[in-house]
Amino acid sequence: MRYLIVLLGLLAFAPSVSAVNPNEMLADPLMETRAREISKGLRCVVCQNQSIDDSDAALARDLRVLVRERLVAGDSDHEVVEYVVSRYGDFVLLKPPFKGATLVLWGGPVLFVLMALLAGFEFYRRQRRVALSTPAAASLSNAERARLDDLLNKDG
Amino acid sequence: MPNMLAGKSVPDFDLKPIKGRDTQGFSSTDLKGSVALVNIFGSWCVACQLEHPFLMDLKGSGEVTIHGINWREEAPDAGPAWLTKHGDPYALVGDDPKSRAAIAFGVTGAPETFLVDARGVVRHKIVGPLDKKIWENTLKPMIEKLRKGGAS
Repeated sequence: MRYLIVLLGLLAFAPSVSAVNPNEMLADPLMETRAREISKGLRCVVCQNQSIDDSDAALARDLRVLVRERLVAGDSDHEVVEYVVSRYGDFVLLKPPFKGATLVLWGGPVLFVLMALLAGFEFYRRQRRVALSTPAAASLSNAERARLDDLLNKDG
Repeated sequence: MPNMLAGKSVPDFDLKPIKGRDTQGFSSTDLKGSVALVNIFGSWCVACQLEHPFLMDLKGSGEVTIHGINWREEAPDAGPAWLTKHGDPYALVGDDPKSRAAIAFGVTGAPETFLVDARGVVRHKIVGPLDKKIWENTLKPMIEKLRKGGAS
């Protein structure tokens, strides 16, 4: 158990691993930080669930280098991202922008929760109605009761 | 993956020639004047090898000019050697070792083929190997229409 705690502790403090090679890094630490931040938000288009900062893919590497070159050339962070989006579409953003075309993406989860709540509520209401409309189990007519006793006695 | 370039001018690019074709590379200005296909390929790309015989046929038919972007070769000899082995269907070929043109075209894998009209506007993108069926059903009719429209 103690080992587990130590292990988890180590994991918690593990530095975030990135695929950036030392020779890709910019000399200006401030600009390198900007490049890292931009790269973390850009999807590696050949691996899809990694950012280009995380991916070892060749195309991700080339995109990282391109991000840095554009920063050095004087682009703002926004301009760099805009360029990549103009080539690959919003898909390349790991966090898609909030706009008409992506409304379903953002609204979807909320919609599903609402639908689930509504379905649950309706189910509960129906169950209640069924329970209320069922006559009490004990209400047999006198004739039925007599016949039931008869049947039970015959076996006993 | 959406084709972000559809209906837009080809991105600016200016690629150096590959080894053995030392006289001329391939740049965006080469795409003005006639309808052409731009094919992204690499010697490392298995699907390109699958596609290649059809590109050779297409070149033989003379129906459309095909240009090539030789994408991300690790060695400068790899692309030229591959073309020597499998045949060279390209009018112009540019060397793109650092994905400059590939990224500008929004390419995610090879092969990809772009149909560019005479004004240098991207009309269509084919992802994956081009074959006779895609050519007959999609590209050929589009090219005929473009040529009739005076944009040849």
